[in-house]
Amino acid sequence: MNEEIIRLENLSKTFVSGEIKFTALKDINLSFKKSEFTGMVGPSGSGKTTLLNIIGLIDKPTDGKYILFGENSQAFNFRTASAYRKKHIGFIFQTFNLLPVYTVYENVELALLLLKKTESERKDAVMQALELVGLKDLKDKKPPQLSGGESQRVAIARAIVKKPEIVIADEPTANLDAKNAHSIMQTMIRINKELETSFIFATHDEKVMLYLSRIIKLEDGNVSEDIKINS
Amino acid sequence: MKTEIKIAFKNFFGGGIKSWLNSIAISFAFVFIIFYYGMIDGWNQQTSKDAIDWEYGYGHVIHKNYDPFNVFSLPESHEAITEDFTENLTPVLISHGNIIVNYKANPILIKGIDPNQNIVKIPTANLKNNTAVIGSKMASECKLKSGDSIKIQYFNFSGEPDTVNFKIVEIFNTNVHFVDNGQIWISIHELNKMLGTQNHATYFIAHKNFENINSETWKFISQEALIKPIQELINTKKAGAAVIYILLLAIGLMVIYDTVALAIFRRQKEIGTLAALGLTQKEILRIFIIEGIFYCVGGIIIGLIYGIPLFYYLARYGISFPVSGDSIGVIMAPIIYSVYSFELIANTIIILLMSSAFISYLAAKKITKMNIVDSLKGKAL
Repeated sequence: MNEEIIRLENLSKTFVSGEIKFTALKDINLSFKKSEFTGMVGPSGSGKTTLLNIIGLIDKPTDGKYILFGENSQAFNFRTASAYRKKHIGFIFQTFNLLPVYTVYENVELALLLLKKTESERKDAVMQALELVGLKDLKDKKPPQLSGGESQRVAIARAIVKKPEIVIADEPTANLDAKNAHSIMQTMIRINKELETSFIFATHDEKVMLYLSRIIKLEDGNVSEDIKINS
Repeated sequence: MKTEIKIAFKNFFGGGIKSWLNSIAISFAFVFIIFYYGMIDGWNQQTSKDAIDWEYGYGHVIHKNYDPFNVFSLPESHEAITEDFTENLTPVLISHGNIIVNYKANPILIKGIDPNQNIVKIPTANLKNNTAVIGSKMASECKLKSGDSIKIQYFNFSGEPDTVNFKIVEIFNTNVHFVDNGQIWISIHELNKMLGTQNHATYFIAHKNFENINSETWKFISQEALIKPIQELINTKKAGAAVIYILLLAIGLMVIYDTVALAIFRRQKEIGTLAALGLTQKEILRIFIIEGIFYCVGGIIIGLIYGIPLFYYLARYGISFPVSGDSIGVIMAPIIYSVYSFELIANTIIILLMSSAFISYLAAKKITKMNIVDSLKGKAL
């Protein structure tokens, strides 16, 4: 439970556009432990998504260190980073990002296809994940036939089907109504508890904060507060 | 690679009618390329066969001075047939002369051939004294029919002009105008008599079992060498057809390029998602290349569905051309039966697949430079 999986040391990120420089993250020092349910909160432009992208290995810091499972990510090339994402990191996006031509089952299965799992392994895992998010009956539907809440559940199933150590979720409830947002959060808490998956959110939805075990507040690219909540 | 193929396969079918419309467009190029080349191959094969059947046999043994394109070489290009040249060879003696039709003298070649020959299709069996056979084009030009008498003017053994009457006993139909236009065929014995020569020949038509004989006077030209100029001529038509081939291929490939390029623009989020799921950019690039190839595979399958009956019809019943071969200087049957070889179909498929892979790569290579974060926002391009 107290095993450290992520450590950020003096991490900074600066975007350059022509002659304009914008520092999105400044000297971030954070550490994340296994099965934490962490939310990064803050206003738009505070650096939440940038930090999530770096943690998810889809972006690189300009300065500082990002240590993932004891390995310095600076040494990762594109292939290594992809391999880490494939195996250890699941993503949940605000806009779900489901592949429209795939069924619910196929969308979830995709994550396992990339891991070269056998068909029976894939089938078991996909059905288990769909059961966990309560979408077993909709497995043959395609994303355009689903509601926002259902789509986000598919995205969750896709993120957790490979049983990753970390799930990154960028504003997962932003496009959902209160009822669906509550249901989604409950689902993620259950997964967090059952699979010991670490969840790291970016959110500015105050209702989501009620579910978090740790809240990191970001302001202008700095960590202003890091609050651990005893549930 | 298996995973990329699976994903591309699903994307192709997921594209629904759009994917099939692309494939239909490519199928037109595929079918037309095979149709066109099949027709040229059929023409080539028919022409070669006709030339062999009517003129070349298994090769010619020609007199060293004989130049088929120079009528003035004829008086110096015949020689007595020696014993070595009697087996598996049909002698032909040529002289020039005039045919008198309606008081007008038209230059012709008088060709004497062994009436007992069976190596070429010229109907020589009825050639006796003062009888001749001519081709249908010659008959049409001179307004002659079977049973007509004709007067032939020629130069006899003393070099004096002389005339002789012949009865047309048969008019044959052939596509090979080199044995038809401006020619009459008579018995070689008769022609030797007219010219005052003893068993002379200008060239021989070789039979199947003929073996080359070393001689200073006679030169053997194989069947392949005789056919070569015809095939080269037809191949130049094929080279011309390459322009159409390239044009059709370009249209098909442009369809693939547009589709793949547009798909990348439209599916940026999907590209970002695949990258986030753990695919490398090269793997994603491969998916789009394979998708491009699938459009082509779909085109080939559709093309084969409606192409096979069409090709079968053209191979069996042929296609007629209003232009006659002699008007364009080549042997050409009025109906050309297309020939579709395995090689033609396999080569066309391979070229289409390779080109579609290459064009898909060109359209999709920008994926390798796309930023994942921007892709996920749909703003990478």
